[in-house]
Amino acid sequence: MRSPSTRAREGAFAIGLPTAAHRAIEAIWRIESARLIAGLARLVGDIGTAEELAQDALVAALEQWPASGVPERPGAWLMATAKHRATDLIRRRKTLERKYEELGRDVERDQGDNNLDTAIDEDFGDDVLGLIFMACHPVLSKDARVALTLRVLGGLTTEEIARGFLVPVASIAQRIVRAKRTLTEAHIRFEVPGGSERVARLASVLEVIYLIFNEGYAATVGEDWVRPALCEEAIRLGRILAELAPAEPEVHGLVALMEIHASRLRARVGPSGEPVLLLDQDRTRWDRLLIRRGLAALERAETLGGAMGPYALQAAIAACHARAATAADTDWPRIVALYDAVAELAPSPVVELNRAVAVGMAFGPAAGLELVDALVGEPSLKAYHLLPAVRGDLLRKLGRYEEARAEFERAAALTQNARERELLQRRAAECAAERMAG
Amino acid sequence: MRVLVLAKEGEQSKAPTAPTPEAMAEHEKFNGELVKAGVVVAAGRLSPSSQGKRVQFDGKKRRVIDGPFAEAKELVAGYWLWEVRSMDEAIEWLKRAPYDGGIFEVREVSQHEGA
Repeated sequence: MRSPSTRAREGAFAIGLPTAAHRAIEAIWRIESARLIAGLARLVGDIGTAEELAQDALVAALEQWPASGVPERPGAWLMATAKHRATDLIRRRKTLERKYEELGRDVERDQGDNNLDTAIDEDFGDDVLGLIFMACHPVLSKDARVALTLRVLGGLTTEEIARGFLVPVASIAQRIVRAKRTLTEAHIRFEVPGGSERVARLASVLEVIYLIFNEGYAATVGEDWVRPALCEEAIRLGRILAELAPAEPEVHGLVALMEIHASRLRARVGPSGEPVLLLDQDRTRWDRLLIRRGLAALERAETLGGAMGPYALQAAIAACHARAATAADTDWPRIVALYDAVAELAPSPVVELNRAVAVGMAFGPAAGLELVDALVGEPSLKAYHLLPAVRGDLLRKLGRYEEARAEFERAAALTQNARERELLQRRAAECAAERMAG
Repeated sequence: MRVLVLAKEGEQSKAPTAPTPEAMAEHEKFNGELVKAGVVVAAGRLSPSSQGKRVQFDGKKRRVIDGPFAEAKELVAGYWLWEVRSMDEAIEWLKRAPYDGGIFEVREVSQHEGA
């Protein structure tokens, strides 16, 4: 069930009303929505109501600004409008009488000093941080956390989220509604958690941001190999989080990882949209600015004592590639050592597989293959296309072309991404040709 | 998308005078807000054009021209590289800047060209 205001807003944006005022309002919404919803969530206690109030204010803006012009401080205007509506709403809800008193005082105070900007700027950072923690609460499923985060923190419409994940709009809408209901039913408080709880809650936040990034970076399904808009959204969330929680090394570790990976976005897609693998990429096309930012973020993570955090370690691996001017210059033994550390921290068959690739590069394909062969029976990798892809690659290097071809074909059949399938089929064909030639 | 914001401060960029502390504080506050919003990717302020050089290409010939440069209104005094979701968003951010003079130019950085 969606509120009328949600429909009004998405309708207005979807039609793409061509006036300058509407475009300005959409841009302002993108800038303001997170702190608006965050500020309101602090007042009313739940995301659902906060988002509805914020959207009511947006609808009011859509009605009034085209005629009256955009106010000088649009964020303050939206907040004031939403707070007035909040007062009305809570007045009607007798069960929330206590909240009304608090809110009434709050609104009066704002009107009293007549400086809404100050009222909003105050603690706005903590509000947004609180909102991030709430939207990424572990009580929600991963999918729900991702959708809710993009919605309330990214300011994306349901339609935009659905497009990003190639999922029907109705499913995303339902995920968001359910997520809000779950938060309310579980009585999740609006807060910035501290102490030991903070570690677990922060891990959940980082996981959500990284999931969004990865879905953009290596699209698991669909026709496109990358969807950069999702990467940009995730990096933006990461950068915001790094400003809000600057003392958390893993936040910088994640930002470093995303910045360095994103530096390759341009180089990892060929002229006709096909994937180009890391070692085949034209490194002059890597974005040096993002690499510099990534290395700086990694250094911050390490300075804060977080060199051995899971994201910092992965970022350190990405940094090894970023520092190598050519693929041949890569410090593979160091990458192996870093994977050893990752494996110790969070052992998993996927990490083992990556480690095997590095071992293959550092100490020869036979050593790599030995490790990969040990993973072949692994149940969790049964449908993982990269296992046969990596095995095929190592077999090919050992001149075992027929086995390599079969592995690439197995991998092609397992991937759900059309572009990646084409690449794997091409490699299978190359192996067949090499076998004939050999 | 990435946009380059060029601060064309006119005559100011010819003079080596630094901005007033108040103006700098205002600017820092605004810049801080942009950084907190995850918008700023890079930023810099340029030295006066009297310390700049230009290289003019004409076939095989290269001519080096010393600053200062004449067209004062077009002189760039500083730049920002922003990551935003649309040109409209860049404009909405820019309108909030605390400046009372000069022209700011916003240009999209084409992602398809090599760096």
